[in-house]
Amino acid sequence: MRSTFSTTTARNIFYGGALFSFLLFLALTFHTESALPQRDARALLEANPQVAVGKRVWEENNCIGCHTLLGEGAYFAPELGNVYKRRGPEFIKAWIKAQPTGTPGRRQMPQFNLTEEELDALVEFLRYASEIDTNGWPPNIEG
Amino acid sequence: MKYQSQAVAKPYFVAAIALFVAQVLFGLIMGIQYVVGDFLFPAIPFNVARMVHTNALIVWLLMGFMGAAYYLVPEEAERELHAPKLAIATFWIFLVAAALTVLGYLLVPYAKLAEMTGNDVLPTMGREFLEQPTITKIGIVLVALSFLYNLSMTFLKGRKTAISSVLLLGLWGLAIFFLFSFVNPDNLVRDKFYWWWVVHLWVEGVWELIMGAILAFVLIKVTGVDREVIDKWLYVIITLTLVTGIIGTGHHYYWIGTPGYWQVWGSVFSALEPIPFFAMTLFAFNMVNRRRRNHPNRAATLWALGTGVMAFLGAGVWGFLHTLSPVNYYTHGTQITPSHGHLAFYGAYAMVVLTMISYVWPKLNGREANGNRSQVLEMWGFWVMTISMTFIALFLTAAGILQVWLQRMGANPLPFMEVQEQLALFYWLRVIAGVAFFAGLLAYITSFFKGVEGSPEYRPLAQEASA
Repeated sequence: MRSTFSTTTARNIFYGGALFSFLLFLALTFHTESALPQRDARALLEANPQVAVGKRVWEENNCIGCHTLLGEGAYFAPELGNVYKRRGPEFIKAWIKAQPTGTPGRRQMPQFNLTEEELDALVEFLRYASEIDTNGWPPNIEG
Repeated sequence: MKYQSQAVAKPYFVAAIALFVAQVLFGLIMGIQYVVGDFLFPAIPFNVARMVHTNALIVWLLMGFMGAAYYLVPEEAERELHAPKLAIATFWIFLVAAALTVLGYLLVPYAKLAEMTGNDVLPTMGREFLEQPTITKIGIVLVALSFLYNLSMTFLKGRKTAISSVLLLGLWGLAIFFLFSFVNPDNLVRDKFYWWWVVHLWVEGVWELIMGAILAFVLIKVTGVDREVIDKWLYVIITLTLVTGIIGTGHHYYWIGTPGYWQVWGSVFSALEPIPFFAMTLFAFNMVNRRRRNHPNRAATLWALGTGVMAFLGAGVWGFLHTLSPVNYYTHGTQITPSHGHLAFYGAYAMVVLTMISYVWPKLNGREANGNRSQVLEMWGFWVMTISMTFIALFLTAAGILQVWLQRMGANPLPFMEVQEQLALFYWLRVIAGVAFFAGLLAYITSFFKGVEGSPEYRPLAQEASA
């Protein structure tokens, strides 16, 4: 680095660059927020209070600790963002109720002792998640 | 050690390494559960082991950053820490809160923990890495405030250097972006969008400032290169970091419901994210090559060079591997993600904390460097852990490629669990590499108990001789 490039110059470029990047990021965030209503299936969320209840059931049983949801989470168990479309509501409820399988050597899902209302709410949450416009991800129904 | 109050760093480093051990042990449990699915079930289900594994990582890195900052800021400011007793009190509060949280994870079902801690009042739990009960999160904020108050006061009253300015900026950023962990809208897309403001803006943003500052500090100490040169490098590196990394957040916004243009913004900017990491590698090697003295602490120099290289490989190269949206379409949420995650976290953040501990620990114990036997053992730890982690990443990458092929690309895509069974060979190899990593960690820890033994280089730290 040449001597004309002083530490002060370097510092000013840093603060300027960081501030500019963050403002650009904020601008993109505002635009994203305005574009989301067309994409994020909020009609389902607003029409049915069960969806929010189901999200709480999802969170308070730490489902993300094994599963992915829209590809984010743990990679130990199947993707659930599209499970509503892959398996349907009845299968999901029956599966959760039947855990753990107890098959020796197989990965085990705990029994969460969910009530019928909680199961229904969770299914509604997963239905809502499956309606989000994800730009065509995942590549196929297996997630 | 120039200032007595720098000694508050000690308990932070001890706790960091203890939590590191816990992290690796729970990692081994999970590694085995990947192939022997019912291992330790139902006592420790996978999701519980994973919370302990990832949360222990976060807390030990934070402990490491805090210890580093409590040592670094007084030295740079050329004065005692503003309130050393507050730093010690904060340590115990943080440690007890972390221990209680982990006990909560292990001893009661998560839903029960949520109920006990009043999650319904302000629901923040059950999101990846942010699983802590809301009261723990509030505790973390208070600990961070106490820590930042203490350091900022020290900084403001003393000499203000580029290194301490950048470090404090990074730490303030860390605390401010953590506030987004309290943002949890019912709208899943918005929840995920702002969740990344904690996770991405930490690890691909402000944490890199902390890393850069710590690395710069250690390089000045072990090489004796002019501060002027080091400062310029530091500013250039962190400029590149934030200019690529902030908009680079977009590489998480491809498939979660956000608009399609993020695929362009995210791909372009995150493709540039390896550049600051490469600059960091060049920085470390350049400074060591231009060194003005041979510091007796060779282990610390090795860690400093190592973190430069491994951060570039793990965060830079392995990040680039799956950051372009057409590639990420297939790799998103597969084993490619943890392969990158493991190498990046180890290479960048675990190793930079270990770099600082390596340099600081002998100083805190009144010597310039550890004895020969201790350093040799520490360097064994370095090589065994670093090579093992590289293999963990390679095996997970192999598993990930196979997974993508079988589940997402072939003519007849297979279901998730069937694919997992076909990856077992790579998962077993990963467990073996994990055991090797643990052996390296044990060698590393043993080095602390060798102190000054067998040391031709050992000399007591004279009052002013440390330079």
